[in-house]
Amino acid sequence: MTDDGRITHVAGTGVPVRGNDIDTDRIIPARYLREITFETLGPHAFEDERRQLNGKHPFDDARFTGASVLVVNRNFGSGSSREHAPQALMRRGIKAIVGEGFAEIFFGNCTTIGIPCLTLPATQIESLQSLIEEAPETALAIDVGRGAITAGQATYQAELPAPVREAFVSGEWDALSSLLESDDAISAVHDRLPYIAGWSAR
Amino acid sequence: MGQTLLDKVWDAHTVRELPNGQSQLFIGLHLVHEVTSPQAFQMLAERGLSVRYPGLTFATVDHIIPTDGSTRPYVDGMAEQMFVAIERNIEQTGIPFFDRSTGRQGIVHVIGPELGLTQPGMTIACGDSHTSTHGAFGAIAFGIGTSQVRDVLATQTISVAKPQCRRITVDGKLADGVFAKDVILAIIGRLGVQGGVGYAYEYAGDVFDAMSMDERMTVCNMSIEGGARVGYVNPDETAYAYLQGREYAPKGDDFDSARHWWSDVASDADATYDDQVDIAGESIAPMVTWGVNPGQVLGVDELIPSPEAVEGLERRSIEDALDHMKLTPGAPIAGTPIDVAFVGSCTNSRISDLREAARVAEGGRVPAHVKALVVPGSQQVKTEAEAEGLDDIFRAAGFEWRDAGCSMCLAMNPDKLVNDQVCASSSNRNFKGRQGSPLGRTLLMSPAMVAAAAVAGEVTDVRALAAG
Ligand code: SF4
Repeated sequence: MTDDGRITHVAGTGVPVRGNDIDTDRIIPARYLREITFETLGPHAFEDERRQLNGKHPFDDARFTGASVLVVNRNFGSGSSREHAPQALMRRGIKAIVGEGFAEIFFGNCTTIGIPCLTLPATQIESLQSLIEEAPETALAIDVGRGAITAGQATYQAELPAPVREAFVSGEWDALSSLLESDDAISAVHDRLPYIAGWSAR
Repeated sequence: MGQTLLDKVWDAHTVRELPNGQSQLFIGLHLVHEVTSPQAFQMLAERGLSVRYPGLTFATVDHIIPTDGSTRPYVDGMAEQMFVAIERNIEQTGIPFFDRSTGRQGIVHVIGPELGLTQPGMTIACGDSHTSTHGAFGAIAFGIGTSQVRDVLATQTISVAKPQCRRITVDGKLADGVFAKDVILAIIGRLGVQGGVGYAYEYAGDVFDAMSMDERMTVCNMSIEGGARVGYVNPDETAYAYLQGREYAPKGDDFDSARHWWSDVASDADATYDDQVDIAGESIAPMVTWGVNPGQVLGVDELIPSPEAVEGLERRSIEDALDHMKLTPGAPIAGTPIDVAFVGSCTNSRISDLREAARVAEGGRVPAHVKALVVPGSQQVKTEAEAEGLDDIFRAAGFEWRDAGCSMCLAMNPDKLVNDQVCASSSNRNFKGRQGSPLGRTLLMSPAMVAAAAVAGEVTDVRALAAG
């Protein structure tokens, strides 16, 4: 990220986490929703799975230490709307996610906190995951504006909806500043909705 | 060309199109609970912003609250800290707050409708994915993340893309012993857990027309489990009758004006949809999940699937699910022994749910090795159930009768599965670890089916009980 918040490129190494429909309860168990800050969540990402796999989860695999691009399969981030899930991944060092598909609320949460989620077809995801597993040191580079991903010699053309891409590239992925600009227009809608303005005014 | 309710509500609430291509959507009703709000209030303070319309946000406590009668300060220091945080935020912002002292506390998706806050034609947001519940009234209601809770507090708007619209028509009639829960589980089983991504689901047809508001809420509640952030039923006489006389519903002449506006927002007969799906009501059986997401579901009279039938990652998903669930492919799901039975959650903790469960439980006896609990969705539901004597029926049958809250739906309070216990649950998620133990196993089903399983000690076809 540049100083002005523009997110145009993400570079680093990758970490594959395989499986369809990985829900946000798995990304961050509910007991960590008891924290009143997001700051401490990083070490707890995928905690229960990691414990069960006893060191064999990719997040515990030394070969993937320091990875900043997470590569996942279908419908990643389903279930609970907890922003704690992308917050935990971000605080663990994840800067972009590439997957076959994302659950909607998770995708929106990632966008709002500055994590681009790009999609690739299933076969290309498989190939990217295998490539990273075989050569974890492979340098990944994502050109967010063009949706282009390079992994060593390989290149992939990923998808990111145009408005979302624009939001990252322009630095406006956190919508609050734009939302605040529409002061009068907000009041106008407020004043014209009968269930707020009053039914008799209709 | 006709418009859908989604089109009309969206238009009425659009402030402007944002440079990022999304809509700036005005949120008419914002609901807040203790778990996803503290960081939002903190972010607001850090940016020096205040709450723009404190009268349009309502707060309660549900997720972490103990349901076993314990009182403040809670022994769980983190729970206590969350309560202190929400109370401080409420006090500083003047947001109305339904805590236990008000007698109106409960799960946010139970109390919104119950108090008449939820009304047709509104946009409703809450930092909780099951906000889709409120769509039962013909509102466009959806879950948001904590940064968006901040946005709503600061501006009463969020940046959001308008979804496409899929109409799901269920015509015909449901068989005895088949409930709203079975209908939505059947829909998710058919369309998949990611089938609704990018869509709002409009539920239409005889079956939804005939449903009570409680039942419609059960259906809309689980839209998100099918990937659809929004699910709704067009408002009709059933919705208006439910609203009449509720605390925050319009009164007198206002109610009549409101009724007109409400019927105007319903989808036009010639509205166009991006997709349509038809399901025959008669084809739906009582449903039970066998896996680790709500789409891994079958009729109670069916056999547990075998991974051999499919290829690739999908096969791995089934193997992985069966492995976690310790279930045998090809075996019947009926007869699976259970350790815990949970009637509760924003899906199925309303008075009609408790009545159905009590009808099945009455006269039965939960075996000693099964822990069964009933957690009403709100203080008002609890009071109403007690007035009808449902608590006595449950206690006599060996169920614990609790205070209102989310409880074992996500186990943030002391109610948790232990080790690899199997839980027959009327909640909405059978994800690994969801009910508090990483090895815990959840079987989702209707409240009547949970009661049947509790009494029998194993998964049981509630239709057989009714016939017997
Ligand atoms: S009952 Fe369960 S799903 Fe519903 S709001 Fe509470 S925790 Fe969420």
